Amino acid sequence: MRQSLLTYTLSLGDNSMILGQRLGEWCGHGPILEVDMALTNISLDLFGQARSYMQYAAEVEGKDRTEDDMAFLRDAREFRNVLLVEQDNGDFAHTIVRQFFFDAYHQLFLKALCESADERLSAIAQKSLKEVNYHLRFSSEWTIRLGDGTEESHQRMQAAVEALWPYTGELCTSTALDIEMADLGIGVDVAELKAAYDQRIAEVLKEATLTIPESGWQQTGGKEGKHTEQLGFILTELQWMQRAYPGQKW
Amino acid sequence: MTSINDILETVKDPEVPVLSILDLGVVRGTEVNGDQVKVVITPTYTGCPAMDMIEANIRKALKVAGYQDITVETILSPPWTTDWLSEAGKEKLRAYGIAPPVGGSEDKSVLWAEDKVIPCPHCDSLETTKISEFGSTACKALYRCKSCLEPFDYFKCH
Ligand SMILES: [Zn+2]
Repeated sequence: MRQSLLTYTLSLGDNSMILGQRLGEWCGHGPILEVDMALTNISLDLFGQARSYMQYAAEVEGKDRTEDDMAFLRDAREFRNVLLVEQDNGDFAHTIVRQFFFDAYHQLFLKALCESADERLSAIAQKSLKEVNYHLRFSSEWTIRLGDGTEESHQRMQAAVEALWPYTGELCTSTALDIEMADLGIGVDVAELKAAYDQRIAEVLKEATLTIPESGWQQTGGKEGKHTEQLGFILTELQWMQRAYPGQKW
Repeated sequence: MTSINDILETVKDPEVPVLSILDLGVVRGTEVNGDQVKVVITPTYTGCPAMDMIEANIRKALKVAGYQDITVETILSPPWTTDWLSEAGKEKLRAYGIAPPVGGSEDKSVLWAEDKVIPCPHCDSLETTKISEFGSTACKALYRCKSCLEPFDYFKCH
């Protein structure tokens, strides 16, 4: 049970941290200043959430590891984030679509996690939900603006929707761990979120004049530690300092 | 010895230095027992980079005031909202050029609905427009006044 709670808590932290790291790559490269600030602020929120989860994970484990060890000294196979969040930034359309696909899930997930019997996870969820409401608003608005924008922006958005769609199935597919934690009243059986998720995606994409791809092959595996090649590159950058100079302090 | 609140009043929000941490509403409780003191705080945003600095500044202020055994505990629940900002705090924000939050935190307009009217903190004009949902820090949005043409930060509802 302790091991399960540890892995579960880390997986939530990993989602936030990996997406936060991806968004951080936009720092100084945003298409306009306001968007640059928005993406990095969202990144900051996500890192804050990741930190809360990882602090808790370290306490649950009860050994000598700290939040920093969780972030900087685990290998790719130990990361349990969904594949969607590790995908390349691509162009701005890819970044926005990835964000929208994740935010729509994240909001539903956190609402459910607020009810967790684990007080700490519930507290983190309540806190994070307030931030994620803003994230979803931002990514939904941009999805609509660009989808229903110029011919080129529409084309790019549709291409991004098609490229990232195969990574959305994993979000609402429950693993054995999800079900174990849901049965304990601690976690969320994410399969139960699927109807609401599909509805939210359909609503926004319709307004954005974008077409939902025919449901085809869906990639899974991130939640079991089997990642796309993207994650290795992210960790190389994220963990470089601690790997090159073990124990280095700020 | 000075009262604990008087000491905490001297600790400012590093990002909005006109606000004390009491104005900001991040202090959730204090316990004093001789030279032992415990302060419970809550972050405004999970990623707020000021929290570590606030904690360090609380320790410093208490130490200077003579406390030896200082504990600062961070809790997340119930989450901080802009409702915790004191009225004095809101007035200080306005005077500093940051528009204080309008309306309560149970803000149904966060998704989809129309934006609220945010008065300009410089000239009180209601003719303002949102430039960006995310401003100079995570807790603020960026606005511009159409009357005096000045940009300003809005401390957004949360
Ligand atoms: Zn004005």
